[in-house]
Amino acid sequence: MVMRYIEPHAHMVSRTTDDYTAMATAGCEIVCEPAFWAGFDRHSADGFFDYFRQLTEHEPKRAGKFGLKHYCWLCINPKESEDLTLAREVMGLIPKFLAASNVLGIGEIGLNKNTRNELKALEEQIDLAARHNQLILVHTPHLEDKLKGTKLIVDALRNEARLRPERVIIDHVEEHTIELALNAGFWAGMTLYPESKCTAARAADMIELYGHERLWMNSACDWGVSVPLAVPRAALEMRQRGHSEALIQKVVYENPRAFLSQSPHFAL
Amino acid sequence: MELYFLEARAKVIDVAAFLDRAERAQGQDDFRLAALRQALRELASAGADRAKRVLLALSDPSAEPLPTASGKGACGAWPGTKP
Repeated sequence: MVMRYIEPHAHMVSRTTDDYTAMATAGCEIVCEPAFWAGFDRHSADGFFDYFRQLTEHEPKRAGKFGLKHYCWLCINPKESEDLTLAREVMGLIPKFLAASNVLGIGEIGLNKNTRNELKALEEQIDLAARHNQLILVHTPHLEDKLKGTKLIVDALRNEARLRPERVIIDHVEEHTIELALNAGFWAGMTLYPESKCTAARAADMIELYGHERLWMNSACDWGVSVPLAVPRAALEMRQRGHSEALIQKVVYENPRAFLSQSPHFAL
Repeated sequence: MELYFLEARAKVIDVAAFLDRAERAQGQDDFRLAALRQALRELASAGADRAKRVLLALSDPSAEPLPTASGKGACGAWPGTKP
């Protein structure tokens, strides 16, 4: 029996068609792509306009050739938010794209180096999401910056009274941040990377320690060191530990479906 | 044990070899090595939350947002870590 799974966080514009083939072969049915940093800074809002068209028009067709449904999230990512003038120009582009049939919400917003400008851009995008009743997907910072950034992000989200925590997922959690997200009522995402963030074994540990509610796993595969098949490999890790197929299906399929179904655009 | 012991053994030896390499190298200690040594103390301590405590030892403990970003990357340890 082929396992079914949803890849809730993958940057497919950076990946090859071979990756789409491998993911579809492994049982992936749906791939969701947050807007992110391309590895270099874009000089103008026009670059983001083209990127948002790529996410809403081109990439769904490319994924469709391999039998995969493609959804996306839109935002100015935290790594390019330090320039608030540019960030606000990009935010101004987003509302016209929200009606596109594959847009799930605002993301991945968050912090990178935990600066005042990044935080301001985050707060303005939280407001944007609240005004347009959009789901939110949050990027938490890397390595030594993750703990502080996650605390600042949770505070910013809790300060917005229009938000319901069950409509927000805080991604890239690790052992020192997962409780900050879950205890505040948010969803939490575990990103499976070979060198940073979280391994499959640690993700399985966290499922055992913190339960399987409001939790998903993703590959966040992009242009850097990352593995498009990280989610099915984590499922294998769980299987090797003796976890039931029902639990594995819940984490890799039912949970992302439950969260994403809160968007009227999401359909299986 | 069957699933993870050999992998953990290999990783511990890699860390030991890295520390030996750092010991042989010229130059001063820096905050990353100090943070790693703190993390290793957590590793050797008792309790079932070592992964969390190691991550905390390698984290920025401050609370206020920075005035500006000096770059985009992270280095894996907080520059304020004391030896």
